[in-house]
Parts: sequence; structure tokens; C-alpha cells
Amino acid sequence: MDEPRVDELTGRPTMGHEFDGIEELNTPMPRWWLWTFYLTIIWGIGYTIAFPAWPTISGATAGLLGYSTRGEVSADIAAHEAANAALVTELNAVDLAALDAQSDLHRYAVARGASVFRAQCSQCHGSGAAGAIGYPNLLDNDWLWGGSLEEIAYSVRHGIRNETDFDARYSEMPAFGDILAREEIETLIEFLPTLADADWDSAGGVLFTDNCAACHGDQGLGDRSLGAPNLADAIWLYGSDDESLTETIANARFGVMPAWGQRLTEEDVRAVSAYVHALGGGE
Amino acid sequence: MALIDKHVILERSPTLLLAFSLSVVTIGGIVEIAPLFWLENTIEEVEGMRPYSPLELAGRDIYIRDGCYVCHSQMIRPMRDEVERYGHYSLAAESMYDHPFQWGSKRTGPDLARVGGRYSDDWHLVHLIDPQSVVPESIMPSYAFLMEASLSGERIGDLMSTHRFVGVPYTDEQIDNAYQDFRVQADPDGDWDDMVERYPNAVVGNFDGQDELTEMDALIAYLQMMGTLVDFSTFVPDDSR
Repeated sequence: MDEPRVDELTGRPTMGHEFDGIEELNTPMPRWWLWTFYLTIIWGIGYTIAFPAWPTISGATAGLLGYSTRGEVSADIAAHEAANAALVTELNAVDLAALDAQSDLHRYAVARGASVFRAQCSQCHGSGAAGAIGYPNLLDNDWLWGGSLEEIAYSVRHGIRNETDFDARYSEMPAFGDILAREEIETLIEFLPTLADADWDSAGGVLFTDNCAACHGDQGLGDRSLGAPNLADAIWLYGSDDESLTETIANARFGVMPAWGQRLTEEDVRAVSAYVHALGGGE
Repeated sequence: MALIDKHVILERSPTLLLAFSLSVVTIGGIVEIAPLFWLENTIEEVEGMRPYSPLELAGRDIYIRDGCYVCHSQMIRPMRDEVERYGHYSLAAESMYDHPFQWGSKRTGPDLARVGGRYSDDWHLVHLIDPQSVVPESIMPSYAFLMEASLSGERIGDLMSTHRFVGVPYTDEQIDNAYQDFRVQADPDGDWDDMVERYPNAVVGNFDGQDELTEMDALIAYLQMMGTLVDFSTFVPDDSR
């Protein structure tokens, strides 16, 4: 290695190495760059003192500022709860049956309920609440268990046919495949579309009266206390084609809804009920 | 400048450079990784956590095999929007028996850390067979073939022994009864009391509605217990962690 020398042309020292007559000038980093670099090191040290960073034997330094991710999210949630506290207290205290649809409280409940619905309910009932096969449409005025705000809130809070809430709405249609013959089920399926203007003396009418009327009513208009659907309208939760109806009658359906009272806060249950009630079919 | 000029010694000897680089990386590794084995605040004590039941464990393997993790994470981050949508943020202890863990933040599909009990068994069945039938805007593919893949459960005890080998505290009793527990969790008419005693909060049911025990049963059993073990009405995590 040669000794560094000063290059005559530029006046700068060389690095001291030379390859085939080519030498490298010793050009240091610009001063501003170096100082920025040193500052980031100082900043980094300060940061590890201010925030949780250094591991010790069985723990870690907590940082002078006392920051924690969990603390931050708790504070964030608490701040939003505090901002809504007055409305939430009012919502929890109000008698749902008397909730004025023109009030600010109702507007708040519907807006809050809309976001609860999108996060929790849309997977079954659809993001537009139009339902799916086996999951009721909430936009229409056809209600299995009742469409008043209080009835909706009860369904949301306790759910339907679940095993986690003792007060869940419950009913179970028998599997008529064990009770009726195949031809009788076929006769019933032919009879069902004529319910609105039925011939009660026909074979289908007699079968209906003997087997179905106890729950679905003499005229097939349903019974909300049992969650028995109205069969005289054009709304079919599980489909109205012969195959679906055969399956429904032979094996019965058993739709389940979780008890949201166990997962949502009281204000969220009330809010989402108000939202569903306001969708169009509320009574 | 005398010391700084000495770097020439390292830079001109590849062997020395290699040795010193290795020692620097080692020091960094020790400082970053080693404390994790001793830090007491990495995993807090949480009541209710238990190893997976045999059927859930099989379901978990199907979950991993079919790449569910490519779209679904199992880690609710401590942020208000995630907590409001998915539930309480995940605790490290909740994945302490996961090999491998399913953390992530790539939410092509929703996070599943607390999906257990959120939907009915029927919903999961319909949704796995044809996701668009219940969620029209979903881009999830169909997993209907799980209905046809029957599971015998003969080797489930071996699988549990393997998990015990890597640190999951399965007891001898649990491993001895693995096969019976595996079958009975998908048989609501069976005698499943002992199984639920060994695996509290396990969900029993004929999840796919078929007589045969299939991969669909196992996957839904796994989905229905996810995030349900810790009771957050009695457990309050320490905010300072």
C-alpha cells in the first residue's frame, strides 16, 4: 500500500491505493449529511429512552412517556365512548316502544345500528339486509317472530334456537317425512300455492288442517308466537320449488341465530334493532 | 482517527471480515431474541386456554392445508376499528398452543380470531359449500369438497403426540382418549361429557349434517371454538403491556 499523497489537480488527498495508475481521492461525506446521520443516532437513543425498548433479564424498560399500544387503544375507545355517553345513556333508558322516529336519538340509534349491522349481521342477512336462502329478508314486512321494535330487540338479544341463551326464541317443526307418506307430501305441495283461496275439502286442504293448521293457523297465515311463517303469501324463506318444499316438509328446517345480547352491548342491541326496524318493514 | 483507520485491517482480510460480521450479527441476535425466552410480560397468564381438542386440531390442519391463512388472519390488532369489528384484541396467550401461529394483517377476508359462535353451524356449512349463497359480494372459493373427504381419526393420537413433542401440554389421558374424543365431538347423540370435561368449551355437533365424519365437521368444529376460550367478562388485560 502506498502512502497517501495529495493530488495536484484537485488538491485532495488520495486513499493511498493505486491500480494500474488509477487512484482514488479521499472525498469525505458532506458535512450536512454527517451531522444529520449523527443526529439520527442521538434521536434513536432518546427514542429508546422515551418509549418501551430495552430488554432486561425478565422484563423490558417501559419508557419515560409511559406509552403502551393497549393503553392507546383503551384511551381511543374511551374517548369515543365519552363523546357518545349522553346519547348512549338516553338510548339505554328509553322505552323502545315509545322511541320517536323523528327524534335525534332515533337518528343516532339508526346510524349506530347501521354500523353494527354491517359488522355483525350482514354475513347472514346480506349487506343490504335482503337476506338469503334460509336467512330472512329484513326489508319486507313479513316477520316470523314479530316486527315491532321491542320484538326485534328481543330476537337480537336472545337469538333464535341457539343453545347459549335460555330465553332464545324456540320452536321446532316436526319432520313430516316420518309422519306423512310421500304422496301426501306431494299433495300438500300442490295445495300450498292455493292457500290464499283454498278448497278446504280437497285432499290437500284436509291434510293441511290435520297436520299444519295447529301451528301455521287455520288459514295458513302463520303464528308469530311460534315463529310459524305465513304460508299464504309469496315469501318462502327456504324456496318454493318442489324440491325445497319437499325437503322443508320432510325434514323440517331449524334456522339458528346467535344471542347477540351476549356479544353486543345493550346500546348496540337497541341501536341495531332500531336500524332493522327503520329499514322499511318495522311495525 | 486512529481507531477508525483500523477498518482497513478487516476489509483486507475476508476471513477476519467474516468472523467479525458473524460476531456482530450474533450480538444483535442475542439482544433481540434471547430475552424473549425470559421476558415475563411476553405472554400473560390467561384463564381458560387449553390445547385443541382432537377434532379441532384436525380442523386446524385442514385450515392450514387449504391455505385459509392466505386470506384470513387470526390476530385482532389493538386498534379501535379492529376491536369494534372483530372483538377484543388478541392476546399472545390465545395462540400459545398454535403450531404454527396464524397471525397476520393481510385482510383479504375478515380476521377469524374470534369467529367462534358468531355464526350458526348451518351458516358455516352453507358458506363453505357456496360462499356467494349467503354473502353475494364474497370472493371466497367453494370448499364443497370437504363434504366428501371422510376422516377416520385413526392417527389423531400421533398428531397430538407430535404437538406434545413441540410443547403443547397434552396429558396422557387426552392422548389415550384421542380417537374416542375425535369421533364423539361430531356426534351430538354420543356420550361426549368426558370429552367436554377434557376440553372445556368444545362445541359438539353433527356440523355437516351427514352420518359420516368428514373434513367439513373438523373444520367447522375448529371455526366454532376460535377465540371463545378466554372469558373477557372476567379477564381484564393489563393496559401497560
